[in-house]
Amino acid sequence: MAEIRKATGFIDWLDQRLAVNKFIKVMMTEYWIPKNINFLWAMGVVLMVLFMILIVSGIFLLMYYKPDINLAFDSVNYTIMQEVEYGWLWRHIHGVSASVIFLVIYIHMFTGIYYGSYKKGREIIWLTGMALFGMFSAEAFSGYMLPWGQMSYWAAQVITNLFGGIPFIGEALVVWIRGDFLVADATLTRFFMLHVLLLPLVILLLIAVHFYSLRVPHVNNQESEEFDFEDEAKKYLEGKKVESKVVPFWPVFLSKDFFVVGVALTIFFYLVCFHYDFAMDPINFEPANNMKTPAHIYPEWYFLWSYEVLRGFFFDIAGVAAMDIGLAAFGFANVIFMLLPFLDRNTDHVAPAHKRPLFFVWFWLLLIDMIVLTVYGKLPPTGNNAWVGFGATITFLVLFILLPIITKMEANCKCNTGGCK
Amino acid sequence: MRELKILAIVIFFTAVVYWGVEPFAHSQMHPHVAPADFAFKDLGVNDKKGDATKGAETFLNAGCIGCHGVSSQGMEAPMDHASASASFGVVPPDLSTAGAIYDKNFLAALIKDPTKALKVEHKFNESRPHPMIAFFGLGGDLDQEVADIVAYLQSIAPVTPIDDKQVYADACQRCHDIKYDKVMSTTDKTALMAYMGTLPPDLSMMIRSKGKDYLTTFINNPQKQLAGTSMPRVGLTEKAQNQVIAYMEKVGDRKKAEREDLGYKLIGYMVLFTLLAYAWKVKIWREVH
Repeated sequence: MAEIRKATGFIDWLDQRLAVNKFIKVMMTEYWIPKNINFLWAMGVVLMVLFMILIVSGIFLLMYYKPDINLAFDSVNYTIMQEVEYGWLWRHIHGVSASVIFLVIYIHMFTGIYYGSYKKGREIIWLTGMALFGMFSAEAFSGYMLPWGQMSYWAAQVITNLFGGIPFIGEALVVWIRGDFLVADATLTRFFMLHVLLLPLVILLLIAVHFYSLRVPHVNNQESEEFDFEDEAKKYLEGKKVESKVVPFWPVFLSKDFFVVGVALTIFFYLVCFHYDFAMDPINFEPANNMKTPAHIYPEWYFLWSYEVLRGFFFDIAGVAAMDIGLAAFGFANVIFMLLPFLDRNTDHVAPAHKRPLFFVWFWLLLIDMIVLTVYGKLPPTGNNAWVGFGATITFLVLFILLPIITKMEANCKCNTGGCK
Repeated sequence: MRELKILAIVIFFTAVVYWGVEPFAHSQMHPHVAPADFAFKDLGVNDKKGDATKGAETFLNAGCIGCHGVSSQGMEAPMDHASASASFGVVPPDLSTAGAIYDKNFLAALIKDPTKALKVEHKFNESRPHPMIAFFGLGGDLDQEVADIVAYLQSIAPVTPIDDKQVYADACQRCHDIKYDKVMSTTDKTALMAYMGTLPPDLSMMIRSKGKDYLTTFINNPQKQLAGTSMPRVGLTEKAQNQVIAYMEKVGDRKKAEREDLGYKLIGYMVLFTLLAYAWKVKIWREVH
């Protein structure tokens, strides 16, 4: 045990027992961040803030919510929204941040793709990030069910049914997931458990791993420039702050983050108080009714692109049922982003997309294609809409098949200052 | 300014997604319908000038009070709610305020041909007659007699404004619950279910599930938005219909005023926070640039 002397103050007392000064250095004041970054790098902190907001508002909702199909709808729409003081505020905050967090996740993801932050030493950051995306998706879906509105019920019906497409065990799996032959009280109760306990725990754990995985390879920067963090840190500590390429996480990097978070929360509270409806589907304000199918069933906006991939194949091909091809494509779409570090065959070279001509085109095509999928995922899948959806689905699949090819071409090119020019 | 350029790109793509998922998709899923018609043009116009005094007599002679109460005139409904539900399927409305909340043309057309005015011809026919019997006249000029009855109903209607909840009670409560305001339908549920074919929905949250625009055209003419629905056309005047919608909003969105008031404060606080954060950021980064 270290020698414990009489403390000079409270911090010193703590320092002798918990090494708080060292902890603060490692976590904050001597955790080095490249100086050459833009506001897109603040999205991680914005996500963290939004996640905290979700947890806090969720705890308040939890005090009045009833996970029972006979009570759930009214406990949300009457008890929380009308009877509890500021219950509406917590509910709107929870609903709006659940939607906004996905927008920020997508911005965060596309930033990572654009600047090549997923490869060469940063694979684990990308993998844990994608795992987080998957967990957030499950979290969002399980939460969407809880008010037990029409869309909660029918979305649960459609999504749990998907597992029926898995060969051999499909049907039994659906019953196992639902806890009943139909989406019913057992389903609601278990989704409630997943939403408030298991998934948040997994997410917290993954966030810790995601942060930790940043420590060794360090954060990427705008030019994907590689430099020696220790040397640069030394310069900074010697007082050559302007010359050094790094800044400490606290207070320099966070001072910028605070500003970005401030802007984000200003918009956020505007949405919460004046434009919450975009995050709450009107059909979900009708109580669940298993006898009445809504005219259109669609997920929340952030799942629309993969939903459209699922239903993009609307006709049988070579004797294979459209439904099965759709399921396979859906499975592909949901794992393919995870594999990005391994699909990019230009493994040694990290550069932002504007320095990689072919990849640059690929990036923007992907982004536009995902927006087309998103919009058509909501439209009724009839007539021309079905064909546009089909085309966008094929484009999505082809883009990912092409990625290893174009990045290999890039890697083979001699001029390795950023791919072929 | 590279960061501004990046910000513009982020905003642009976010806006495109928003536009596609919200207004655009909505316009595709809910095709535009003609605006509400508060003149009820399809029913034609009864241009006879009614006489309220004669109307009072016609009203009694035509047997209207065999089913309807006019409580403001001391004429109570002949049956209690339970027996009325059992006999007619739905409790017949008390007509005390009818002259004020329903359109004059609509009332005239309703008295002459209920199924046509209510737009429930798809449900009622000779083998299944509508519980309200069409008025065939007392031997005089039918249109004149109808105009007189309408004039009578208008003459007894309250002159002081009727409050929103009362309009709702007179126009909708026979079938619909608003349980979040502890207002339940007057008709017995079992009878109502048999009469309508389905239980009319609780309207507590309808303002949020359907929205003002939809309700405006729907209440005015349900068939236009939902072909084949059992909901009859109600025939409310524009003012009375707006009152019904206002009441639904009051129940379904009770915290609106509080929300908007707090909204300005929260946004104001965040703007202040952002400005301070920016000033701090500039101060800190001055050393490292």
